[in-house]
Amino acid sequence: MEAPFRFDQQTCLCTTPLSVSAYYSAQNTRLEASEKRTKGSKINISLEQIKNLHKRFQQLSGDEDTISKENLESIPTLANNPIRKQIIGAFFDKRNQHRGEAGSCDQIGFEQFLMVMSHFRPPTLKMTAEEKEAMRREKLRFLFNMHDTDNDGTITLVEYRKVVEELLSKSGSIGQEAAEAIADAAMLEVASTNVPTMGPDDFYEGITFEHFEQILKGLEMESRMHIRFLDVDTTTMRCGKSTS
Amino acid sequence: MDLCTMDLRITRQRGFLLFIFTCSSLLHGSRGEIPSKPTGGVTILPPIKPDNGPQAFPDAEKENMPVFTMNYSRIQIPFEITLWVLLASFAKIGFHVYKKITVWVPESCLLITIGLIVGGIMHSVHEEPPAVLRSNVFFLYMLPPIVLDSAYFMPTRPFFENIGTVLWFAVVGTLWNSIGIGMSLYAICQIEAFGVQDINLQENLLFATIISAVDPVAVLSVFEDVSVNEQLYIVVFGECLFNDAVTVVLYNMFNFVAEMPVVEPVDVFLGVARFFVVGFGGMGFGILFGFTAAFTTRFTSRVREIEPLFIFMYSYLAYLVAELFSISSIMAIVTCALTMKYYVEENVSQRSCTTIRHVVKMLGSIAETLIFFFLGVVTITTDHEWNWGYILFTLLFAFVWRGLGVLVLTQIINPFRTIPFNFKDQFGLAYGGLRGAISFALVFTLPDSIGRKQLFVTATIAVILFTVFLQGISIRPLIEFINVRRTNRNLDTINVEIHCRIMDHTIAGIEDLCGQWSHFYWKDKFMKFNNQILRKILIRDNRAESSIVALYKKLELQNAMEILDDVSGDISAAPSVVSPYEAKPKRKFLAPDLKNMHDILSKNMYKIRQRTVAYTTKHALPNESQSKEILIRRHASIRRSLRPGSFQSSVVPKSHKYFSLPAGKSLDSKFPPGMTSYADDEETMSEAAYPSRRSRLVQPARSSSSRAMMPLRRLDTLTEVHSVDVVDEKVGDRRRAARGTSRTNSSSSRDPRIPAPQRHHSSADNGRGSADNFRNGHHEEEEEEPQPLSPAPSWTAEPREDAAQNPLLRRPQWKPKK
Repeated sequence: MEAPFRFDQQTCLCTTPLSVSAYYSAQNTRLEASEKRTKGSKINISLEQIKNLHKRFQQLSGDEDTISKENLESIPTLANNPIRKQIIGAFFDKRNQHRGEAGSCDQIGFEQFLMVMSHFRPPTLKMTAEEKEAMRREKLRFLFNMHDTDNDGTITLVEYRKVVEELLSKSGSIGQEAAEAIADAAMLEVASTNVPTMGPDDFYEGITFEHFEQILKGLEMESRMHIRFLDVDTTTMRCGKSTS
Repeated sequence: MDLCTMDLRITRQRGFLLFIFTCSSLLHGSRGEIPSKPTGGVTILPPIKPDNGPQAFPDAEKENMPVFTMNYSRIQIPFEITLWVLLASFAKIGFHVYKKITVWVPESCLLITIGLIVGGIMHSVHEEPPAVLRSNVFFLYMLPPIVLDSAYFMPTRPFFENIGTVLWFAVVGTLWNSIGIGMSLYAICQIEAFGVQDINLQENLLFATIISAVDPVAVLSVFEDVSVNEQLYIVVFGECLFNDAVTVVLYNMFNFVAEMPVVEPVDVFLGVARFFVVGFGGMGFGILFGFTAAFTTRFTSRVREIEPLFIFMYSYLAYLVAELFSISSIMAIVTCALTMKYYVEENVSQRSCTTIRHVVKMLGSIAETLIFFFLGVVTITTDHEWNWGYILFTLLFAFVWRGLGVLVLTQIINPFRTIPFNFKDQFGLAYGGLRGAISFALVFTLPDSIGRKQLFVTATIAVILFTVFLQGISIRPLIEFINVRRTNRNLDTINVEIHCRIMDHTIAGIEDLCGQWSHFYWKDKFMKFNNQILRKILIRDNRAESSIVALYKKLELQNAMEILDDVSGDISAAPSVVSPYEAKPKRKFLAPDLKNMHDILSKNMYKIRQRTVAYTTKHALPNESQSKEILIRRHASIRRSLRPGSFQSSVVPKSHKYFSLPAGKSLDSKFPPGMTSYADDEETMSEAAYPSRRSRLVQPARSSSSRAMMPLRRLDTLTEVHSVDVVDEKVGDRRRAARGTSRTNSSSSRDPRIPAPQRHHSSADNGRGSADNFRNGHHEEEEEEPQPLSPAPSWTAEPREDAAQNPLLRRPQWKPKK
């Protein structure tokens, strides 16, 4: 396991103008190192973007090295998001951190934060078809992991229902039954697409990743699962964390 | 010119044109003759029994009362207009007689060709073309329908996702083209050899503005056919719409400037300021009228017959008022349509909605057809001033500046786009820059004070013919050849819908996490505002409904319809898919509720339908093939169920199974978790969503599964369902059978719009029953029972009761009908 990427105490010490420049130079080297390392694992996020994200990370964590679930949950703009839990959960999910491990952790460092963010990088013009396909798979995997909370490789009906329920929880008058029924119907759909010749006594345990890919086959991901990480700093726009 | 004749030769080979040719010449002949007839009264016969009664009013004159009179001058204008419209419409019919030709040759080409032919005939008999295309007529009557058509059918979601790029290309791109072409042409004018030194800069700019209005109808229909990626499509679509607005503003400005002897620098700044005032002013009026229209339709539920009128009146009003203040009327009507569409379509009834769509489409396409048609006619009949140098350079510059513009502007906008345009997309964009109806109309309505108007008209026609014929015909093979990125638009499954939403929310959430603001953020905010405030004010029946639920309802409805018709084991799928949703705690229904069921149901139908018709060409109505598809599928499933042997075992317990799930309980409360089998449910789902797959491999699996599932279900029924239900089932069953039969009859006629109107035509009783069925589960039939019909009498009286009870007997009855 790689050592988590740590920022030393300078982060907290940078109160005088002198140390600010020292901090930046020190940090730049670290960020560059981070960039290099992330490039190794095929994360195409530029140094500027990493800097921005790091600034945001510190803002969220309250200048700590690591970030906890509570930090993220207290973001006011996220409060209206119906699938807030899943999104936050995804950040603490080790499967999304490119480390080949399962399970979740309570705290993540900046590098993990970056790793998760890197799922949303847009494709570039230079990418080949295979690279794009791999990227697509990666994004699908992210979604899949979001559903598959117990990490058994399938999305069971219960898990799926929960997702749909959360998704609809903010849209007003739709009851739980409706959400369940929708999840049921969606599940049936997956089952019927993937296992058309199912025996009478067969039981469809859940959606595997292959089935998941299959069902979302024609869906264009390119226009959906992307964020243009900004090069310029927008954190001044008062959308920060309320507690900091 | 030789281009056109070449095309003429090609099209004439098709043979069918002969028909139109004769048709048009006939029409033309009659048109030509009529004016020559005496327009005074012509007496042919004595009056019919004049002495039959007392003479009411004695003649002031000595003449007898004429029996047959003709007063052509009185009707001349509307009469000629009608004939022209009719002629153009006949031409359109003609094109679609032979399907292949419209695939390869854009309709605008064919229309121009017909116009050329008619123009040729008129020219040979020295007939003047009607003076329909005057400035006022064009701007007040022909332009609004065209623009309303594009605006109303603008796919909203992709448009707002790409609004920046669309406006960038529309505004900056048009300015780029106008100024670029204008300046270069002005430079050309300085060359003495061409003999056009008298054209000054203002006039050149005016002309350049005219020919920078792109009108890629033909391109859009090609894009749609090959389903190019959404981004490219919407940028071309939006560009053509807003570019019209920009062009007209520039046109008016330059028109004004062209008359001024000297242009001072301050005028330039005033012009820029005016440009923005005009644009944003138009937008403001549009939004104002859009919301007013939406608000008005909130109250029109009692006057359904004039409901569609409001839409047209308000959009036209927006246009006229904007025109009154000389601000951009196109912007006004476009924003008006965009604003009101969403709310209006939710407020009005399904029929009104259909009417609105049809009429918008019809007016728009007729206006455009006429313009193209006149383009052809005018090309022949008008006096041209042909100047090789000027016209060829115009062509060259129009092409070069468009290409350069796209290249440069994309480089600037690409860093701001999530998905940048690649070179193929850019090629599509640049090559899709056809010039069309708007350019022609603008140049034709130029004031006569412009010295070289003839030359401008000729050059514009040359540019239009060149682009429409050459680019319009070649774009399809080229797009297919370079293999532009495509989007699959026909995904209509619940999973896709759910995941689209999940992705939207995820992205919005992650952006919140990053502290970045972008359109997802704004979309989220707007949706919130929309749901909390706008919908409450503007929509009568305000129930926030997510698109997943809409889709789900559609699939559910599809399912329910299949259950109604379908006679075989598929019905076992019903409880798990239909009733958990319907088994709501609300079980008592008030009379108004029941009455509304019907309405709600049909409304949901149209909402669903409208979701699927985001993309339409200017020349085609929104396609309703989807509901047709459902019918065909149902048809197929019935046929399959009629096959001997497939139903033998499944028939008896069918009704039991159907009612096996008690209200208020969902699937897993009945089956122990983990035991739920989807074996037979999958059949229905696959039928709903994947017809082809089903027809291939379903047969063996189906019979076995339905047979095997029976005992289990039946046991459940016996333990859980009251005996009351059994009686009730029979009623339901019989009713279902009756409805099913009628549906089959109608579905055999394959009317694409069956599902919705069908319900309207059925009797109130039946309609209520079916609505009840769909919405509230079959258990509600208990409540409904006392009102419409008592089960027992009809149960005994109806001869089909027996058949209904025993489906084995019922099914043969269907057979002869097939």
